[in-house]
Amino acid sequence: MATKSINGNQVEINDEGYLLNSDQWTEQIALEIAKEEGIDLSDKHFKLISYLRERSMNGESLSLRKVGKSGIVDIKEFYQLFPGAPLKKASRIAGIPKPESCV
Amino acid sequence: MNTKNNHPLKKVLIICAKGALEDIYASLVLANGAAMEGIETKMFFTFFGLDAITKKKMNHLHTSTVGNPSLSMPGGLAFPTFLGMLPGVEAGVSVMMKKQMEKLDIPPVDEFLDMITAGGGEVYACKLATDMFKVKKEDLTEHVKDIITVGEFYELASGEGTQIIFT
Repeated sequence: MATKSINGNQVEINDEGYLLNSDQWTEQIALEIAKEEGIDLSDKHFKLISYLRERSMNGESLSLRKVGKSGIVDIKEFYQLFPGAPLKKASRIAGIPKPESCV
Repeated sequence: MNTKNNHPLKKVLIICAKGALEDIYASLVLANGAAMEGIETKMFFTFFGLDAITKKKMNHLHTSTVGNPSLSMPGGLAFPTFLGMLPGVEAGVSVMMKKQMEKLDIPPVDEFLDMITAGGGEVYACKLATDMFKVKKEDLTEHVKDIITVGEFYELASGEGTQIIFT
């Protein structure tokens, strides 16, 4: 558990860098976390982030397969936008909890 | 609790040698899970595992209902072998298993391989097995990168932080 300062705002994050409180998220925070991951956020990134936040707020569990079927990106693009571990990275940047899916 | 790992897993090779629905899905979930974590992933299908990458068979896999000691009926009683032998039971149970998996958002085999290769995973077939079962490259799905020997497989396994998993 730690508190991070982003642009003068304090946000709480856990050991793995996920926001403890999803409501504290702002686009500025997203840009900050993305910078740490080495990603420059484009419109498409933000579109995906909105999609993930919406689903997460609705209590839906997220999976790689769902993102691929979202209509915003296909899975290959998802890996390109968030290289390495796309669902985990995108969730971190979107300020939502760590995904629990096995798929 | 700090879970930082000093020796992170960099590459994983998953061997799939059995052709039952549950065996193949075990290897696919492991492979996709690795790709999702940014781990370099390679799959090697051999013997009956070839069914998972053979165009005609990959979406028609079955679970065994005869001699399967772990299979139980809904309700918990053991699945009687005499029931498993009846025509249509194996197909029926397999359809039920697939429905359960679909509810959990687990895709059919070809879509699963799409996801794994989209994440950079590579799929290989075993030369010995393809020779033995007389399977040609055209019979295999496009996801398959190459048909390779066991020696070539071990070459792919070189490098630190590599693990081989046999399912």
